[in-house]
Amino acid sequence: MSVMKRVSLIFKAKANKALDRMEDPRETLDYSYQQQLEMLTKVRRGVADVATSRKRVELQMNQLQQETGKREDQARKALASGREDLAREALQRKGSLQTQMNELQTQYAQLQDQEEKLTIAAQRLQSKVDAFRTRKETIKATYTAAEAQTRINEAFSGISEEMSDVGLAIQRAEDKTAQMQARAGAIDELLASGALEDNVSGRTDDIQAELDRMNTSSDIELELAKMKGELTSAAEPPKEIESNGANGEAKPTQAAQSEQQGEGS
Amino acid sequence: MIVRILGEGQYHLDDSAQDKLGPLDAELGAAVDRGDNTAFQAALDGALALVRAGAPVPAETIEPSDLILPREGASLDEVRKLLAEDGIILS
Repeated sequence: MSVMKRVSLIFKAKANKALDRMEDPRETLDYSYQQQLEMLTKVRRGVADVATSRKRVELQMNQLQQETGKREDQARKALASGREDLAREALQRKGSLQTQMNELQTQYAQLQDQEEKLTIAAQRLQSKVDAFRTRKETIKATYTAAEAQTRINEAFSGISEEMSDVGLAIQRAEDKTAQMQARAGAIDELLASGALEDNVSGRTDDIQAELDRMNTSSDIELELAKMKGELTSAAEPPKEIESNGANGEAKPTQAAQSEQQGEGS
Repeated sequence: MIVRILGEGQYHLDDSAQDKLGPLDAELGAAVDRGDNTAFQAALDGALALVRAGAPVPAETIEPSDLILPREGASLDEVRKLLAEDGIILS
């Protein structure tokens, strides 16, 4: 049999099973209406859940972007210091960050798609629920058992089909959210293992540590050189004083000589 | 005739569209039986395009569909689950 016909029959069978459980057709209407309201709440919660997941992916994407920039910066610094091995390591990590980033981007698009679809489904269900409420009251007001049964069955099957459809959409969105959470967890673990820099704990990674060490040691060399320079210049002036002193000893003589000369003239 | 696309809503189809839908539906069924994913996706895409070209049923109309199409991008497994009946959430 046709796939499309089979699917529609399965949906109808579900509705009929629920209908058969009711004794009074009017009871069916109220019962169904309660379920519709519950389904509306569920689909709205679904939209909110997907939106939360999407925002979390967005945050992780920002974090990964920052890390990527940092790795590139590290590679540049390492290369400037003549450490090609370290630069290579930094670029390798940047590469794996980008792989994660690409996967997150795909996931982000999927979540956006789910959010959009669920939002539309919620709007459509809301319209149907409103229409159902009106029809329910009309049927109840003009109730004759024989006529009502047909009209109720029709309304019930119609709304039940919509609810099954929305139910499937919610399930699908939940699956996507679960997938997202698994990935988010993996990235969090990656952050915690120190493969990425953890901004929260402020711990630095090994490449950064090596760069810091190189920086520190070159700072130390600079400071040492400066101190040596100071020491040398501090040691030299006394020499000048000494030589000045030697001249100074001679000076009085010269001065005395010139004084004598002055006195003489 | 009213056709629902899961996840999208219902459409009214006129007679000529219905005639075109028949062969696509048959291809869909054959592809499911054979487990041929490529043929399945091709038939599904063709059917989706045809149904979407119909007139959308207003949101406030409550009417059961004559035919129901799987959602766009549905996998073979997903459709098998749908046909196994327990794939549908009772509401």
